[in-house]
This record gives sequence, structure tokens and C-alpha cells, in this order.
Amino acid sequence: MTPSQETRNTRDGYAAALLELGERDLRIVVLDADLAKSTQTEKFKLRFPDRFVDCGVAEQNLMATAAGLAATDKIVFASTFAIFATGRAYDQVRNTIAYSNLNVKICASHGGITVGEDGSSHQALEDIALMRAIPRMKVVVPADYYETREAVKAVAYIEGPVYVRIGRPKVPVLFDDTYSFDFGKALVLRPGRDVSMLACGFMAHKALQAAEELASGGIEAEVLDVHTIKPLDREGILESASRTGKVVTCEEHSVIGGLGGAVAELLAEEMPLPMRMVGIRDSFGTSGTADELVEHFGLGSRHIAEVVRGLCG
Amino acid sequence: MVIPVHSTEGEVLKEAEERELRDKLEGIAREVRWDIVRMIGLAQSGHPGGSLSCADILVCLYFQAMNHDPKNPDWRYRDRFVLSKGHAAPALYAVLARCGYFDREELWRLRRLGAMLQGHPDRLKTPGVEISTGSLGQGLAAACGMALGLRMDENPARIFALVGDGESQEGGIWEAAMLAGHHCLDSLTAILDHNGLQIDGSCCEVVSLGDVAAKWRSFGWDVEEIDGHDVIEVTRSLDRAGAASGRPYMIIAHTIKGKGVSFMENNVDFHGKAPSPEEMERALKEIERL
Repeated sequence: MTPSQETRNTRDGYAAALLELGERDLRIVVLDADLAKSTQTEKFKLRFPDRFVDCGVAEQNLMATAAGLAATDKIVFASTFAIFATGRAYDQVRNTIAYSNLNVKICASHGGITVGEDGSSHQALEDIALMRAIPRMKVVVPADYYETREAVKAVAYIEGPVYVRIGRPKVPVLFDDTYSFDFGKALVLRPGRDVSMLACGFMAHKALQAAEELASGGIEAEVLDVHTIKPLDREGILESASRTGKVVTCEEHSVIGGLGGAVAELLAEEMPLPMRMVGIRDSFGTSGTADELVEHFGLGSRHIAEVVRGLCG
Repeated sequence: MVIPVHSTEGEVLKEAEERELRDKLEGIAREVRWDIVRMIGLAQSGHPGGSLSCADILVCLYFQAMNHDPKNPDWRYRDRFVLSKGHAAPALYAVLARCGYFDREELWRLRRLGAMLQGHPDRLKTPGVEISTGSLGQGLAAACGMALGLRMDENPARIFALVGDGESQEGGIWEAAMLAGHHCLDSLTAILDHNGLQIDGSCCEVVSLGDVAAKWRSFGWDVEEIDGHDVIEVTRSLDRAGAASGRPYMIIAHTIKGKGVSFMENNVDFHGKAPSPEEMERALKEIERL
């Protein structure tokens, strides 16, 4: 796969999926916390006003209310920014949604550093770690518009709570209308023999760009889109790692507890081998444009390629 | 039976019915109190004070006000109850067992490893528990979600939530209060178990709730204050709360923490402390004499 130039908003993928789900299943209910215009749930609200509840600026209440709705056999999509969904409302998500094993799909937008100018208070860099640590919670981080759309449609029918992390900016399109989402299965975007690059979110695109750059220098990198971080595709990842012998993870998240953490846990137990993590190195974010921040925090393809060269060198 | 000379025939009949109902509910409440003290005593762990303060309310709910079927806990049209103050689980368990949701023998394994009855309610383990609670301030919001969901389905079932007064210091209670008022959730009835005490002392000393009735009214709820140990008052109040008023209903039930056991009544030490084996025996004898 070669990196595309076309970009699309993953939030639009979320909205498209909600409309499709809402049309065919009366159990689908959507909740937001005064961010319906930003998360794009407003499209569902306009089409199905009776199955949309705006909880106001009260994310904790949003999550506990979502739990109650799910207890009446609704399939509930609860949306707000990732920082509030997972941080502000952590206890509600853990104790009322997950402990009760309810069908709440927390689809949070504005995950990661690319929130941009709003700065650190709005940049969720620990959300994957927080959600991954909760028993029964599943975690999905889609890479582009199509993967978001298909993932959201799929998780509606996966039993129990699911966290789907969606970003703010338009990101390069990797797939097309024919894309079929396979929950829990890492997807090989580019085969290679020298190193396994495991990426999630828009970093899958960055990893592909880095792989092209590396290929010109003789390093053949295998790129995997690890859209499902929990449950992790143990077999798929170990199969790739056993062939290449080296692993680099790429994510728009803290290296503590996210994709890198999950892969490190797997490899440490099953197949210890040289590994590097590209991500935010235990720091808060800062204001800036999304592109500037990607470079500032070392998430760009050039930096990824450097890390891979360092590992393969 | 003494017949008041100025009563009409209808009033006499009503009084007789009321006396029968009172005897029935008070009798069950006495057995429930006995079970609460015994299960916490045997577990040597748990919250007797707040369980005993809400025992009469739960009995009135499950044995009079609520439409439910213990043989069919998932019945679609059942009324729902949420124990927002989850630490009063022993009261809920004693009532559920007496209704027939599970074998009463389970009560004596409260809080043990592998037990059906966890320290706080777990909907996946215990039949009849609608939603897991324990972390305070979340149950009322969950009850709001149930009210919204049932309304979407045009399901006429009612939703009841029991809230603690200490718990009302949680912001989540007021977020839910605002949501319920805004959405005119009149299928929702909340009952405040207003026993006035919390772990660190009296609620007035810790952080006062102020004029709690005025607060709930200002959030768009119908509010009434009752004696939470008078089973007839509780029953009538739950009945009134069912009117389709367009507003959620708050029953502020004035109660006594530890009610029914002299040395536990209004004793903050028994918020989260089990009676010793000797204290348990003494308490059980007291309850038998009630």
C-alpha cells in the first residue's frame, strides 16, 4: 500500500456509521455532552431526535446515564472529547458501565496531540492506557475515515463496553468503500522482512510513509495497522515479529500504557526481542497546529524512520 | 376492634385495610432488619447503619409499590429499583431474598470469596440487581438513563432510586437532578434516605446539604418530606409520586441511622462497622422484641 494524498475526517466516518446504524436498528441511542457539533453526533440528532440525548456539560452524568439506557436494552453511543470521556468520567466508565458489562460504546473524538491549538487540557494522551486497564473494556483506534465508519458499525454488535478513539483533523485515506473491519485482527498494510512497524490511528499512515523512506535505504519494513488494541491480536503480532525480529510501535499517545505498552507486555512474556516505541514520552501536550505538534513530539515519518534505522543499524 | 363513633363505614373499612397493610409491612421490615444484622454480623464486615435506616423504605417498595416478578427478573414491564447508595446492599439483599429472587441462605455468605452477594450490588452476580453501584453519586444518573430508555419504548414502568444524604455531596447527584428535571422524567421517583449521618460525623458538620427540599424543588422536582419509618406514610407517598405530573418526584424520607437496634441508632460508629458477635446477638434479640 502506498500512502494516499486524499484526506478525510474520521469524525465524518463516525457520523456516517451512526446514521446507518440508526436507520436499521431502533435500539441505537446517541448521547453527547454539549459537543454534538464537534463530535459530529449532531447528524444523528437531526435525523433521529427521539433517540438522541444531550446531557449538557456533564460528562460524568453522560456516562452514568448511558449505563442506565443500556440497562434498558439500548445500544448506546456516548460521545464527547477523549480527554473528558476517559479522564473526567473514568469512575463512571469503570464502575457503572464496565463493571455492569453494559452495551455502551464510548466513541470519543479529539484523541491525541492533533487536537492542536487548544493545548494540553484538551489533548488526551493517556486515554488508551486508562481504557485498556479496565476489565471488559475493548479498545479500538481506527486509522482513517473508512476504518472508523466500519469499526463503529462493527462495535455496535460487540457485547459489552467498547472505547473507540477518533481524532480531530482530517487524515489521509488508507482504505475505500470496500473495506471490511475485522475486530481484533491486525491488518498488514505493507509486507516486509526487516522490521515490524505496528501503528494505530493516523500514525499508520506515518508508518507507511516512513516505510517508503526506509525502502530507499534498503530496509524493508512491514507495516501493521493495529486498530484493535484490546483485545490485542497476539497471533498476528507474534507472527510478524517472529519473521522480522524487530518491532517499532507508532502511536499518537503516551508510550506508557498505550499500543507500545500493550505490545511490550506481549513481547516481554512471549517473545522478547529488540523494540522501540514512537509516541509521547511522558509529557503533557502544548498548543500549536496539528502538523507542528506531530513534528515537535517526534511523530513524523522522518523521525519514525530514524528510530527504525537506529534499531536496524 | 374499636370503631370510632364519628367514622363512616368507608373510613372504617379504610382504617382496617390500613392496619392490615401496616402489620404486614412492619412484620416484613422486622424480619429484614433481623437478616441485615445477622448477615453483617456473620460477615464481620458491612454497613449496618444505613442499611437499617432504609429497610422500611425498601420493604414498602418491593412489597407494595413496585410492579415486579421475582420469578422473572428480566420481565420487560417491571418497575426498576436502583440502590444509588450501594453500601446499603444488605437491606436490598434481605428484601430481594424475601421476595424470592434467590435463596435466603445466600445472605449468610455476604462478602465471602465466591459469594453471590458482594460488598456492593453487582448486577452480574445477583438476580434482581438492576445495575452495579457502590461508587457514590452515579446510581441516580443510571436511573435517569433507565427512565429515558423506557420512555423511548413507551414502556410505562416506573423507576425508583434510593439516594443517601452523605451521597448527596457528590456532584453527580445534582447533574442527574438537573437532567431529570430538564427531561421531565416523571416515571422517576427518588427517595432520599435522610438519616443525617455519614462516616465522619453528622452531614451538617461535614458539609451541610442546606435546605435540601428547596434544592430539589429548584431543580424542577416535586418534593415531599415524610417519616421514612412509617410504612403507611412511605406507601402513600410512593403512590402519590406515580402521578403523571411532568416532573420527577423526590421523597425526602427522614430516617434514623441504625433504626431498630438501640445501640446503633444515631450512632455514627455503626456506619461501616459490623457488630461484634455479642453485639449481634443482643441486636437480634432486640429486633425480635420489636
